[in-house]
Amino acid sequence: MAEAETMERVKKIVVDRLGVDESEVIGEATFKDDLGADSLDVVELVMELEDEFDMEISDEEAEKIATVADVVNYIEAQSQ
Amino acid sequence: MQEGKKALVTGASRGIGRAIALHLAKNGADVAVNYAGSEQKASETAKECESYGVNAFPIQADVADEEEVKALFKTVVDSFGGLDVLVNNAGITRDNLMMRMKADEWDEVMDTNLKGVFLCSKAAVRPMMKQRAGSIINIGSVTGSLGNPGQANYTAAKAGVIGLTKTLAREFSSRNIRVNVVAPGFIETEMTDVLEGEQTEALLSQIPLGELGRPEDVAEAVGFLADDKSRYMTGQTLHVDGGMYMP
Repeated sequence: MAEAETMERVKKIVVDRLGVDESEVIGEATFKDDLGADSLDVVELVMELEDEFDMEISDEEAEKIATVADVVNYIEAQSQ
Repeated sequence: MQEGKKALVTGASRGIGRAIALHLAKNGADVAVNYAGSEQKASETAKECESYGVNAFPIQADVADEEEVKALFKTVVDSFGGLDVLVNNAGITRDNLMMRMKADEWDEVMDTNLKGVFLCSKAAVRPMMKQRAGSIINIGSVTGSLGNPGQANYTAAKAGVIGLTKTLAREFSSRNIRVNVVAPGFIETEMTDVLEGEQTEALLSQIPLGELGRPEDVAEAVGFLADDKSRYMTGQTLHVDGGMYMP
């Protein structure tokens, strides 16, 4: 899967879920500080990503996710 | 009314769970009838639910087993296309005086009555979070508030359910998932059939309303908490016990 396409799909979910503006969802943006997510939002986001990309993200991996780029990189690594 | 709602009741083949399943079905909810061992009774309960014109099916799973719980919820959510109401009713007793109680008896009761509630609630919250709505009703017991000789394991688990309920109510309030307890007193079921003449008399003297409750009395309270009519209630315990425990 092309990284740009993954980024687009992730972006859409983040915008939907967190109600932020698309322009704010950049690779370096952190979910908690930059995008205003609380811990439950992050859990929910992970659930949606699992459904969207049809994969399971373990709790250990999920805890490491801080930025949008973390998510994209993780998905890319999994789909290799 | 619970028209169009999708519900799962654990331990619903007989007793209080059965009455709850029937009550929800009567009010228009589709009901998954979970059971651990009594397949035939669960099928009968499901059939009776269907007679109210709703979808219902029996489904086996041990609520204390994480893998079985995951499979249970997958099947239910896939067949109903969602989940609005979870009633954590499955429960067992292994009564013994504390001094004679074996650690195994403690563990078995904790696993089904407390860990089971944790596992099932965890699985239910996923579809409910997506829907931004849901009601989880945990069946407690008056003994969890009063204590009861011979039931160290059972009362500890039931008191634990109340604490767990309050935490879940707080964790998921922002997603409009409500979590409450219905705490029955002594209800006429197979679980209380074991009580003998003298015990029953002693028991009745402790019940202000002077009689044992019926499974339907508990089901009415569960129906209320399953319904949007109770939309402003979460983290609460409704005591359906003839006045035995007055907080």
